[in-house]
Amino acid sequence: MNIYILVGIGGMIGAVMRYGLSIGTALWWNGSFPLATLLANYIGCFLLPFSSVKLSGNVSTDVQKAVTTGVIGSFTTFSAFSVETMTLFESGAAFEAFLYVFLSITGGMVFVRLGSERRRGQ
Amino acid sequence: MIFVAIGGFFGAVARFWIGNQLNKTAFPFGTLCVNVMGAFLLGLLIGYGIEGDWLLLCGTGFLGAFTTFSTWMMEADRMERKKAIFYVLVTCAAGFWGSWISL
Repeated sequence: MNIYILVGIGGMIGAVMRYGLSIGTALWWNGSFPLATLLANYIGCFLLPFSSVKLSGNVSTDVQKAVTTGVIGSFTTFSAFSVETMTLFESGAAFEAFLYVFLSITGGMVFVRLGSERRRGQ
Repeated sequence: MIFVAIGGFFGAVARFWIGNQLNKTAFPFGTLCVNVMGAFLLGLLIGYGIEGDWLLLCGTGFLGAFTTFSTWMMEADRMERKKAIFYVLVTCAAGFWGSWISL
C-alpha cells in the first residue's frame, strides 16, 4: 500500500485516540488546566522512541512510519498546546500558563528519555 | 468521531509530506514549519468562533494531527544541548506568537 495512505490511516487512529483521551479526561477533570493534551503528549513522547526501536527489524519501514509518524505523531499535538497556553495567558492565568509550558517540555523530555532507555535494556 | 478521523488522516499526510520536503538538512525545518503553521491556524479557527463538527474536523482532527509534540521532543533530545535549546525556544516563540495574533 502507498506509504501516504498508511501514514494517513495511522493519523486517523492517532487523532481519534487523542479525542477519546480528551473525552475520558473530561469525565474526571474539569479544571482550566489542559490535562488531556499534557497526558497525550507525555504518552506519545514515551511511545515514539520506544516503538521506533521495538518495530525496527520486525515490520517493514512503511509500517514503522505509519505507527511512528502516523499514529504517534498525530496522537500528540503542538497546536492545542500552543493555543491552550495563550488562552490561559489571556484569561489572566499566567502562572498556570508557565506551569503548563514547563511541565510539557521538561516532562516531554523525560518521557522521551524513558522511552529510549528501554531500548538499551533489551 | 468520524470528523476527527477524516481530519487526522489528512493532517498526518500533510505533515508527512512537508517533513519529507523540509526535514532533509540537520535542522528539522519541516517539524518547525508544521507546528508554527498549525499553532497559528488553530488560533484562527478558535478566534473566529468555529465550533462543533467543523472544529472537530479542522481543529482536533486536521491541525491536531498536522502538528506534533512527540517528534519535536525527540528531535530536540537527539541534538546537542545548545542546538536543542535553540530549537525548543524558536518553536515555542514562533508558535505562541502565531496563536496569540490569531486568537
